[in-house]
Amino acid sequence: MVAALLLAFATPVLADSLMPAAKYADEQLADPAKEHQAKVLMETIRCLVCQGQSIADSNAEMAGDMRALIRTRIEAGEKPEAIRAWLIERYGDWVSFKPPLDGLTWPLYLLPALFLGLGLWIVSGRLKRRRKS
Amino acid sequence: MRRLLIWLPLGMFLVFLVVFAGGLIKPEGRVIPSKLVGKPMPAFALAPALPGKPGLSSAELANGQPHLVNVFASWCVPCIAEAPQLRQLAEAGVPVYGIAIRDRPEDLQRFIERNGDPFRAIGGDPNSSVQIALGSAGVPETFIVDGKGIIRKQHIGAINPEDVPGIMSALGDAK
Repeated sequence: MVAALLLAFATPVLADSLMPAAKYADEQLADPAKEHQAKVLMETIRCLVCQGQSIADSNAEMAGDMRALIRTRIEAGEKPEAIRAWLIERYGDWVSFKPPLDGLTWPLYLLPALFLGLGLWIVSGRLKRRRKS
Repeated sequence: MRRLLIWLPLGMFLVFLVVFAGGLIKPEGRVIPSKLVGKPMPAFALAPALPGKPGLSSAELANGQPHLVNVFASWCVPCIAEAPQLRQLAEAGVPVYGIAIRDRPEDLQRFIERNGDPFRAIGGDPNSSVQIALGSAGVPETFIVDGKGIIRKQHIGAINPEDVPGIMSALGDAK
């Protein structure tokens, strides 16, 4: 009784299908160079189900299907950035952990440089003053 | 000026604190709308998900008539809740087409016996490839497609009874 109850809570009730994972969801490509390309891309594509994870890290079935899709396309000779663009066309920039540089995202790229410059300026001011005194 | 600047780091820290606390207390459950709304249905051809029932291809969907394309699965719990509304729409004469995600014929058969069959055709999408091509992030989702095969609207999640009038009027607009 207790065991059955524990089991019932241990597995999410009908959250996933009964089908096995797609080919290439958890199987590497034979060509190490292509597998590397696929892996680098998969680490920067967001899982749509568990949204804080990349599809490389996620156990969600849909993430597995997306890994399979990416590996199949890379195997067929498609460029990783073309696959990223294809996904962005469907899910928006949100699906990519590598934000594009545009009107909305430029502070992401510019602010770190600005803060670094500001820090250097403050430090150099301090040093100069110290030398004088 | 300098006196005020001293408080700046503390101020920034408090702003971060409020932002992070907000995220922890009320995490954002994000829905991801498809960017294909307003664009044509991507080309696809899916084999029949059930023996004796036609499969689904994008060519059939540009048939001059507005219709619904329901992305569902027999293993999806909200799909059971949405089934009566799909039946109601089909009975009102709406052409409803299905895309069954990662499903097996025997499970789908049982699902349809239990929950009714509003579908004119069901294509089987065993590796979610058409679902991903549609920009759909889960099951169930429903796309309202016009007669030319342009996606007019996306309904994310189950169609609840209160959603039916909105879907009917969107179908009317899609003509």
